[in-house]
Amino acid sequence: MSTPAIQVKDLHKSFGDNEVLKGIDFHVDNGEVVCVIGPSGSGKSTLLRCINRLEEANSGQVLVEGVDIFDPETDLDAVRSRIGMVFQQFNLFPHMSVLRNLTVAQEKVRGRSKKESVEIARANLDKVGLSGRENVYPGHLSGGQQQRVAIARALSMDPDMMLFDEPTSALDPELVGDVLDVMKTLASEGMTMMVVTHEMGFAREVGDKLVFMDGGVIVEEGDPREVLGNPQHQRTQAFLSKVL
Amino acid sequence: MKRSTRRRLVQGVLYAVLAALLLALVLAADWADIKTQFFASAGWTSWDSWGPLITVGAKNTIIYTVIAFAFGLLLALVLALMKLSPLGPYRWLATIYVEFFRGLPALLVIIFMAFGIPIAFQWTPPGGTVGAGLLALVMVGAAYMAETLRAGIQAVPKGQTEAARSLGMSSGRTTVTVVLPQAFRIVIPPLTNEFVLLIKDTALLSVIGMQVGEREVTTVARDFFSSGPTAGTATSLVQAAALYLVITIPLTQLVAWLERRQRRTR
Ligand SMILES: Nc1ncnc2c1ncn2[C@@H]1O[C@H](COP(=O)(O)OP(=O)(O)OP(=O)(O)O)[C@@H](O)[C@H]1O
Ligand SMILES: [Mg+2]
Repeated sequence: MSTPAIQVKDLHKSFGDNEVLKGIDFHVDNGEVVCVIGPSGSGKSTLLRCINRLEEANSGQVLVEGVDIFDPETDLDAVRSRIGMVFQQFNLFPHMSVLRNLTVAQEKVRGRSKKESVEIARANLDKVGLSGRENVYPGHLSGGQQQRVAIARALSMDPDMMLFDEPTSALDPELVGDVLDVMKTLASEGMTMMVVTHEMGFAREVGDKLVFMDGGVIVEEGDPREVLGNPQHQRTQAFLSKVL
Repeated sequence: MKRSTRRRLVQGVLYAVLAALLLALVLAADWADIKTQFFASAGWTSWDSWGPLITVGAKNTIIYTVIAFAFGLLLALVLALMKLSPLGPYRWLATIYVEFFRGLPALLVIIFMAFGIPIAFQWTPPGGTVGAGLLALVMVGAAYMAETLRAGIQAVPKGQTEAARSLGMSSGRTTVTVVLPQAFRIVIPPLTNEFVLLIKDTALLSVIGMQVGEREVTTVARDFFSSGPTAGTATSLVQAAALYLVITIPLTQLVAWLERRQRRTR
């Protein structure tokens, strides 16, 4: 059995008195697409952010490709550079052109030459359908375009896996499709992905596994078609009856 | 009476009062006296006055302002980063520094550096008396600019840092490439204001007694107050005022324009 891309063991996280993650166990295998759904405040974002340690967990373990990221000896920046992260609010660097957004970390973190990073950046812009926009500043792009640039920025680091936190929630409905299409392409190319989403259609069509979270625990997980079509737990049923 | 009629009547009265006040002022003023005291042609039309005022005074004012601003900004950046440090002692030191120097008159600090320190330690800061005065301006200016910079850094959204860190950038790299460039853009208007304040504060250096070639605008003007072509009149002081305004008004207009533009792009 090969090492899972991500393994989470008995993860606990509190903000003050508010225990947000109450013992999470799960794993993502290489090449797998795992979708996470659940009501607002159930801890989905917190879980995702604990995986690259943007959030500090209180106890438990997170192994990324077998490497314990809570171990003080671990080179956290190196691990993070192999995990692409896409945020709900895009978080592009507004003072840099689209091209610079895609090359800056390649040069400063990966140590690539300017020429090489520009080539890689152009290839990834092409992939998300935005070639020709290299010199535009993010503020002049639509939300959907910004999110695709953000995906291209993450891809330019050649990550082993991608984390998405509600990548389409801040978008106008007519712009959601373009972003989902990019994500579908990524999935079909075998990218390991963990996606927090409200897009049940995407989860059903693209996901290999669906995780339903509520109140800081994983209530149910399994094949997306199974979970969505025939939920076993009453809480899952209640949630799905509201969103479907 | 209709409401619009009443409003026009009130406005009319207000204008009439203003006109009467102005008229009284014009009639009461001794125009001949004002002309000889403030606008003596021996000063306003003579290079003997303008020469030293511009080539010595204005030149030194600008040089001193730029030096004090540059070093003050550097020190302010260190203080701002200390204030945002996760390490308590750094934060406390920076806070003590900022509160201390913001609470003192700049003039006191200048006198202290130029006279107090040399007497106490038999030691003069580099650059002599002028150097000591500039050091004081740097120390006081840095305290104000540190607060401005700290606010600017904190105004950069947290998501920017998170995006940079998730790409694998170190904390220092994130600060330099992502946070500070955005923070500086935010603080350009308030920093320009600090620059204008510094221009005016260089006049405080006139208390420390500078060599002839080192004097800034106010000191040069004060010399002409007691000697030279317009001695005994305030003409040289009014000329100095004109010089300051020529520099400061465009800058404050620039600040206003920058602020309008920033509001629009938000
Ligand atoms: N930085 C923080 N400080 C304090 N509490 C926080 C912080 N971040 C999240 N929380 C709390 O943790 C809980 C879980 O938040 P989280 O963002 O993980 O939920 P979520 O499942 O992603 O919800 P949503 O669907 O609304 O994004 C919420 O009650 C939230 O208020
Ligand atoms: Mg969330």
